[in-house]
Amino acid sequence: MSEKKAPGSVSKLLNASWLRPFLLLVMIVVGWDLAIRIFNIPAYQIPAPGDVVKVLYTDWPELLSQSWPTTYATLLGFLASAVFGIPIAMLIAGSRTVESYVYPLLVFSQSIPKVAIAPLFVVWFGFGIVPKIIAAFLLGFFPVVVSAVQGFKSVDPDMVDLARAMKGSRLRVFCAVNLPHALPAIFSGLKVSVTLAVVGAVVGEFVGSNSGIGYVLQRSIGTFDLPTMFAALVILALLGVILFWLVDRIERFAIPWHVSQRADVFIGS
Amino acid sequence: MTAAMRTMSVDQPSAHLRVVSEQSTPSKASGINLSGVSKTYGTGDGQVQSLRPLDFHINDGEFFVVVGPSGCGKSTLLKLISGLLAPTSGEIHVDGNKVTEPHGDVGIVFQNALLLPWRNIINNVLMPIDMKNLPRAQYMDRAKQLLKMVGLEGFEKKLPWQLSGGMQQRASICRALVHDPKIMMMDEPFGALDAMTREKMNVELSRIQRTTGKTILLITHSIPEAVFLADKVLVMTERPGGIAAIYDVPLGRERTLDAMSNPIFTDLVARIRKHFMTNSTLD
Ligand SMILES: Nc1ncnc2c1ncn2[C@@H]1O[C@H](COP(=O)(O)OP(=O)(O)O)[C@@H](O)[C@H]1O
Ligand SMILES: [Mg+2]
Repeated sequence: MSEKKAPGSVSKLLNASWLRPFLLLVMIVVGWDLAIRIFNIPAYQIPAPGDVVKVLYTDWPELLSQSWPTTYATLLGFLASAVFGIPIAMLIAGSRTVESYVYPLLVFSQSIPKVAIAPLFVVWFGFGIVPKIIAAFLLGFFPVVVSAVQGFKSVDPDMVDLARAMKGSRLRVFCAVNLPHALPAIFSGLKVSVTLAVVGAVVGEFVGSNSGIGYVLQRSIGTFDLPTMFAALVILALLGVILFWLVDRIERFAIPWHVSQRADVFIGS
Repeated sequence: MTAAMRTMSVDQPSAHLRVVSEQSTPSKASGINLSGVSKTYGTGDGQVQSLRPLDFHINDGEFFVVVGPSGCGKSTLLKLISGLLAPTSGEIHVDGNKVTEPHGDVGIVFQNALLLPWRNIINNVLMPIDMKNLPRAQYMDRAKQLLKMVGLEGFEKKLPWQLSGGMQQRASICRALVHDPKIMMMDEPFGALDAMTREKMNVELSRIQRTTGKTILLITHSIPEAVFLADKVLVMTERPGGIAAIYDVPLGRERTLDAMSNPIFTDLVARIRKHFMTNSTLD
């Protein structure tokens, strides 16, 4: 086993991994600012970064309160896609019949633009949080199913035979072999899903809502308030990053044995 | 486990050349008995006959080795006997009970170690105990003892990827033995190992079988390995697999690597090899 690193150096390492994208971001912002000055881009086309920061600072309480409904809708939609997606993937992977009926239809349904049908949910469920959750769910659902099906199907049939020969019940074999085996694939699906769920929630807010960051976006576009619009985009990006990071943390906790996590196992054990 | 009840083969000079495919009145009440067992995969146009109807008997405590060309149905045969597959025709009896589902009193080793990557070595070895929902504490000592026997002491807490292929395969043998099954089935268990590790494993396996008296059904593509280990060798024909011959191996129970220079050993290896000379190569 490799020796434990001192906590100081570990936190330094963490800082470094955060530092690099941050540096890149700073460079992009500087380039943005320079481009506006050099090419004389008017503020009604692209706002200066300084103006966006100003809005973020002055309107922070308003923006923060508006980001909660978006976060709720995203999380609920995301959870729904996990709760429905994983069992459906189990069924598809477990039965040829279910697969032949359900899978093509599922793929087909993905080519329907969600933005186009989102107004329908508003007609059905009103202007509350429900249409947003459904939109987030619809976008987040598919990647979970596709990855989980792939995960469940990639179990070595000999491994399952081995467990069956040990006279394990179906459920016990599933929990001991199939499910853990599928977890890495499920998690990569969940990571894609959570970022798409943010998009879904915003789509829901676009078409019919009077709260949320999507609503702020919609309103600021209507009034050509570009700094506010960009501030809203920054917040959405932050929301996506934070949720992705959360899923990543849970993954590290849930599958410490996986190839992608091995460096940690070594340091930790 | 009961000690081996098998009667020793006579060491007459030509005894090893006796073809025993016509066995004298095997008692169905003990051992493994196959009568008219065949297997055809698929239905309709996509049918693949994998095994011709087979009749043979494996006595209690016998080391029974199957050799045959690639794709002749050796793995299929193992899955039928372990109850993982249902035969298309015929019946399999283990100790007089008809096999219709996995019967539990068996340990299986495949060519790949197939350890669960999220379980450490000791938990992998204890997997049959978990599957059968038996008390772990009762089997912990045995699991550790088995790991010690195969030279894996001190690796209990390691994850499979931290071990070499040979070590993983040894761990999987411990897993097959931890619940002390009466029958052990091995499908080309040493196929992925280097020659030196393989010889060591052969000697070790031979010793395990002698000391525990377990019935072992081993599939291999190495004729010398088959003769070195076996009490009986079943030679299979090309697909669809049938019985070409069954040979007694009168090399006695104590086997060291010296047995390989015994004329009985070399004669038998040459004789079995002849079955495949006219056909394609082995597995
Ligand atoms: N699940 C399956 N479905 C259809 N055919 C199979 C299946 N498993 C094996 N077979 C066929 O049965 C034959 C015997 O296979 P197998 O028992 O794996 O042979 P061996 O282990 O001797 O190499 C092969 O021709 C193979 O193509
Ligand atoms: Mg095989």
